[in-house]
Amino acid sequence: MANFFLDNRDIQFLFEHIDLSELAKIQEEDTANGDADYVPIDEDDAVDNYRRVLEILGQIAAETIALNAEQIDREGNTLNDDGTVALHPLVRENLDLLTQADMMGFTLPRKYGGLNCPSLVYTMATEIISRADTSLMNMFGLQGIAETMHAFASQEIKDEFLPRFANGEVTGAMVLTEPDAGSDLQAVRLRAYQDEEGNWFLNGVKRFITNGCAEVLLTLARSEPDISDGRGLSLFVSERSERIRVRHLEDKLGIHGSPTCELVYDDLPARLIGERQRGLITYVLALMNGARVGVAAQSLGVAEAAYRLARTYAHTRQQFGGPIERLPAVAEMVTDMRIHIEAARALAYETSRVCDHGNNNLRILEWSTDLDKDEKKRRKQRSRALKRLNSMLTPMCKYYCSEMSCRVADNTVQILGGSGYMKDYAAERYLRDARITTIYEGTSQLQVVAAVRGVASGTFENFVKDFEEKDYQDPLLDELKQKLIEAREQIIQAIAFIKTQSTSYLDLAGRRLVDSAIAVIVGHLFLGQGTACDRKKRVARRFIETQMAVLRMNCEQILAGDTAAMDEYEILAGPVPTTD
Amino acid sequence: MTHSRLTDNFQGFGHKRFAELVAVPYDSIVCGKQVPDTANVTVDAMKDDGTVNRAALPAIFNPEDLHALETAMEVRDEYGGTVTVLSMGPPKAADVLRECLYRGVNRAILLTDRRAAASDTLATSYILSQAIRTIGRYDIVFCGRQAIDGDTAQVGPQCAEKLGIPQVTYLERVVGLTDDVARIRRNVGNGWEVVEVELPVLVTVLETANRPRPPAAKLVMRYKRAAVTAELAGRVKADMPDASDEDCRAEVDRRAEVLADSDLLVEQWDLERIGADLSRCGMAGSPTKVFRVQSIVLTKDDYTEVPPTEEGIRQMVHELITDRTLG
Repeated sequence: MANFFLDNRDIQFLFEHIDLSELAKIQEEDTANGDADYVPIDEDDAVDNYRRVLEILGQIAAETIALNAEQIDREGNTLNDDGTVALHPLVRENLDLLTQADMMGFTLPRKYGGLNCPSLVYTMATEIISRADTSLMNMFGLQGIAETMHAFASQEIKDEFLPRFANGEVTGAMVLTEPDAGSDLQAVRLRAYQDEEGNWFLNGVKRFITNGCAEVLLTLARSEPDISDGRGLSLFVSERSERIRVRHLEDKLGIHGSPTCELVYDDLPARLIGERQRGLITYVLALMNGARVGVAAQSLGVAEAAYRLARTYAHTRQQFGGPIERLPAVAEMVTDMRIHIEAARALAYETSRVCDHGNNNLRILEWSTDLDKDEKKRRKQRSRALKRLNSMLTPMCKYYCSEMSCRVADNTVQILGGSGYMKDYAAERYLRDARITTIYEGTSQLQVVAAVRGVASGTFENFVKDFEEKDYQDPLLDELKQKLIEAREQIIQAIAFIKTQSTSYLDLAGRRLVDSAIAVIVGHLFLGQGTACDRKKRVARRFIETQMAVLRMNCEQILAGDTAAMDEYEILAGPVPTTD
Repeated sequence: MTHSRLTDNFQGFGHKRFAELVAVPYDSIVCGKQVPDTANVTVDAMKDDGTVNRAALPAIFNPEDLHALETAMEVRDEYGGTVTVLSMGPPKAADVLRECLYRGVNRAILLTDRRAAASDTLATSYILSQAIRTIGRYDIVFCGRQAIDGDTAQVGPQCAEKLGIPQVTYLERVVGLTDDVARIRRNVGNGWEVVEVELPVLVTVLETANRPRPPAAKLVMRYKRAAVTAELAGRVKADMPDASDEDCRAEVDRRAEVLADSDLLVEQWDLERIGADLSRCGMAGSPTKVFRVQSIVLTKDDYTEVPPTEEGIRQMVHELITDRTLG
């Protein structure tokens, strides 16, 4: 029986390689998870549960969701006259199956009916789903909405909504973007106001809202009309009603199964999440961090699907008297696709692992009443360090995975040649589906801006220091490690140079700097994997040898200090095209 | 659990109770079999004596039985009631029962007894019918149309005969249930018909009836350790190879008690428990004898070109009829 977990050796390898029982331990540490008849006995039992969950999911993904994907892509969802959306019947079927399998409360505590899985396992699950149907991730992968409510909403709201998420009765939407507030969410205008009794209502328009037809909406709105920036925004929860209408369903390049809605709020009743004014600066940032890792996992899934198609095609397509994979150019493309997927996966899973440590530490800090002073202090320090690390790794992995995904999907079309350009194969769908990943939940360019601060401010150095101290007792791995140390020194040099330049130079050099840092981090992760698997040693070698050359080029360009793209923009970019 | 609903489905069929309010839960029994995965057969599939070499084939839940289970679960979802699953087989067949527990059945029973080994369809249906009698109250017995190892499609119908209840084969859908009458759509090969039948009834279910639900993660977490005593005995033997029989038995009892405390001990029945006549079970009760088993490998050694003309086609059809491929 087909299974997208059991047929994926790399995910299974990482499932073994990463210390999941450590994550299970911290995940179960918190007694507030609640009691239920499916509580694991110990860490190993919990890890066994995670494996079984992924096996169930892998089978659903392979045997139903993947088979539904093509038709859903062709037919999409439908906007009804009354401003509601009819999901494609096969989308509905996919969601029903996931609900029957208990997959819609993946990370929620058991007391709300969830599975209490670590976010790393959720990342794996999201990848598996996205390989089957990239667009379905936008419903399965939106469980971060319930997570955000869990972290910040009042107990009353949690009790009311979270069990309904967990049992699949409702899905959610994070309603942030507006026509004039895309990347710049501080410009959000949708109005939140109170009546005399203090009840909140929402009025205005939102655009490009993924799953905007969901039953539960988390809306970012301006509750403080006098404050024009992000501090004037609060986060609200509402249920779908006749006071909200989907005015338009976007006609998109890809992910056709995911309804992208324009919403009109007409005095929609709402309830405040947490405190006023913290909507954007605290809650939405937390929500988006989770969503970014989700998009990274989505990117991995579609890349995996594309790679498999390309690998098979290159093996079976005969030209010049043999399979095209014997042509050096094709062999290198296929090899690099696979290695870059593994590289991105290593980074995404490591990011999720660190997130798990961060989230659990925070939870214990907030909920435990019996922490002594020293323990509290220790946990607070750790919390700060993890937060710094996460705010570097999360944008890095979103950026790296999504860019990789587009490249891999593009190469799949290339390897399939004329056939890849036709709708007969899934290659073109993968390319269309992958293309959104570098755009939503913050564009690649914004991810770089977010990640580069961590690279330039010492977080990167601190993070790789531990890896550099490892002794692999393996000549190849230790030699490769030495190369990574040299690479890190080059990056430090580049950072020192950037600091002598104008402040905007950091953003100009940002991508090259972040690319270099990612290459070093992934290189170290590969070395660790190489200790457990001989093939991974070869992967590590190939990756480090090729990427260090790119890194040297990037650092050289940074040190050149060329600012022409800004200084000579008008000349080099040419005039704005006129319409006549 | 009971609930009332207006049986809209019944309108137009002219049944005397149509459109009445019903408030009846239904109790179902599902017969499920563990079978070798014959879709992936290798050369070792058959033993020299003509019986199936179970060790060489992965054991799976007989596909159509899974559809039978789903139909029973759908009836429970809609009308309330219970679903009991019954499986006959070696201790390993408890896998099938766990799969049922993962999908939410109320009760699972493994009928395991060495003396039931080598039962043909006659003996098997006798044993199953005895077990069903022992369970007692039921409204509907759901069987898969046939198992993919024997492909006889006999056990379900034979069970019905032995129980003295009506049977409906090739079920595609339970159209509706009112009081003690079931309305069932069955496939008749080139179409379908809807039949009405008095309960209790035995039905055999087709693969086209539904899409079986996946295992529910929380139930997997809950029931993955569920086991029958016979499995515990096997594990105890492996864990304590040097212990005396008495010590082993004591350990099995201890482990069984631990499982029972968490409601994880799956019921295990033997032939005494169902009051079976031993002469009708196993080899003794099985008149079917396997005469010879042949491994047939189809080979292609030649091809014929048929000209795309009326005459060419006529000639081809004639040849196909002559060699009995057609007609």
